[in-house]
Amino acid sequence: MAGHFEPLPGGGAMAALDDVEISILRSLAVQLLELIGPGTEPVEGHDPLDALFAEGPTKPPADPALARLFPDAYGGPGRKLGADEEATAQAASSEFRRYTENDLRARKREDALAVVRGLDALARSGAGAGAGTETGAEAEGAEVEDAEAGGAEAEGPETEGVEAGTGVLELSPEQSRQWLGALNDLRLAIGTRLEVTDEDDGGELLRLPDSDPRKPMVMAYFWLGGLQETLVETLMP
Amino acid sequence: MGDVSATPVEIERPQSSEAPSAVPEPDVPWVTVVHNDPVNLMSYVTYVFQAYFGYSKDKAHRLMLDVHHKGRAVVSSGSREEMERDVQAMHGYGLWATLQQDR
Repeated sequence: MAGHFEPLPGGGAMAALDDVEISILRSLAVQLLELIGPGTEPVEGHDPLDALFAEGPTKPPADPALARLFPDAYGGPGRKLGADEEATAQAASSEFRRYTENDLRARKREDALAVVRGLDALARSGAGAGAGTETGAEAEGAEVEDAEAGGAEAEGPETEGVEAGTGVLELSPEQSRQWLGALNDLRLAIGTRLEVTDEDDGGELLRLPDSDPRKPMVMAYFWLGGLQETLVETLMP
Repeated sequence: MGDVSATPVEIERPQSSEAPSAVPEPDVPWVTVVHNDPVNLMSYVTYVFQAYFGYSKDKAHRLMLDVHHKGRAVVSSGSREEMERDVQAMHGYGLWATLQQDR
């Protein structure tokens, strides 16, 4: 898997993705959506204004990956707090979480949805999708499109001069920022699952034998890192 | 006579309350701290500091290196409300940030 972004002349970014890459990326983005969970979109029969006044959770998520995506705002490592200070920090974190976590979840959902939508547009254009991928994309796409709320559509990818089974994804600057956020969230979630540490720096995990059950996730983790790194470069002011 | 003696008393009060020793603790500024984590790319952290705070490339890079090598860096300071906004934004970007009073 190659997978890297290049800047577009007028702003934005492009990347050539093949069938397999599209399928993996889509599957990971959908898993991220499932991890983040439903937003506070109004449920049918309920007053849509309820969502505006709904209070978020007050406790950090039990799942380590989710806890990393939605960390406490007070306290943090490297501080020696007394019992009183600790209690004060926890209370302040709860209060902060109650008023911010729903918004944060909505933003992360939107970013992940932008990835799914971009890949589905690429698949629909017929550029990157074999028959199997297309069917899967449409089946799963239904629920995703229900949740769409005024998001930008992916621009029509150029297909000329690209070998069969490969599509060219084109992102506007705004879509690039959403993709960047989603790629980072994905790496945070996978990195937490893999228990990546500073000492790894690509070394130990990359040397895992092929038989190791973590191997596919490790490969995806580093592949996503390459995508994110090259996407950041296109956005650098 | 009573009117005359009352004047200096009124002047003394504001003077004593402006003494530096009387500054209450709530005036201590708050700061946003970004913590090191093994996943976030160095280039991405630099990008976030530039994009969100509008810092120069040099300053953003320096702060990123502080986070990476020292484990944490103060990236902004101000009122508690402002720092809550910054921390919320950092969490939006996926950076690990907290706020605290800078004593």
